[in-house]
Amino acid sequence: MRVLIQQQDFDLAAELAGLRAGNTGIGALVSFVGLVRDFSGDAPIENITLEHYPGMSEKALDNIIGEASARWHLLGARVIHRVGKLLPGDQIVLVATAAAHRGEAFAACEFIIDYLKTDAPFWKREQTRDDAHWLGTRDSDTRRAQHWRNQK
Amino acid sequence: MKIELLYFGRPAEKLRTACESINAPDELATLAELLAWLRLRGEIWAHELADSRVRCAINQEFSDFSARIHAHDEIAIFSPISGG
Repeated sequence: MRVLIQQQDFDLAAELAGLRAGNTGIGALVSFVGLVRDFSGDAPIENITLEHYPGMSEKALDNIIGEASARWHLLGARVIHRVGKLLPGDQIVLVATAAAHRGEAFAACEFIIDYLKTDAPFWKREQTRDDAHWLGTRDSDTRRAQHWRNQK
Repeated sequence: MKIELLYFGRPAEKLRTACESINAPDELATLAELLAWLRLRGEIWAHELADSRVRCAINQEFSDFSARIHAHDEIAIFSPISGG
């Protein structure tokens, strides 16, 4: 399975070892790990809650990996996205890519996390001491995804 | 027409509704019309389902408000996404 949505944490080293196992044609492994920050504007964050659209989220992530595989020659890719209640410092998401050379692995990893931000149905609710709010799609994320669309 | 409605993110929390099976008037042709009809349920529905606050998916595909709806569709209504 190249896509996993789960409550439990993941082990980065074990995931990378699994991704490269049995393929010595892989010359480059790139990973991105998104973490829960402890601030939002001026207010410290106590926790965040991540929700997803079961069924659609798996499909959307799989489509994004498919699109990346059509653009670059990948020898493997993996996305793990956590859901539920997370605390500052917790790992939220892993994107890992494997390729013969670093250029393709770097580009595909960046592409996948950028597209995930605008094309995968997940929602983040930030809890500060006094307030809770749902985060929207950042303009900067929309621009990054648009940048890839323009390069098609 | 029978429709499955799912809510995620802010509207799910504020409307205290995760899912419901509804019998919508047959004359509703688009997502925009469905949203307008749901907004008639009351002040909080009108507020939370304002076009500027929500996005939609039909049968698990992101869809514009102009998209047509059909009986037995699975229609999701949610706040703008924020994963990763």
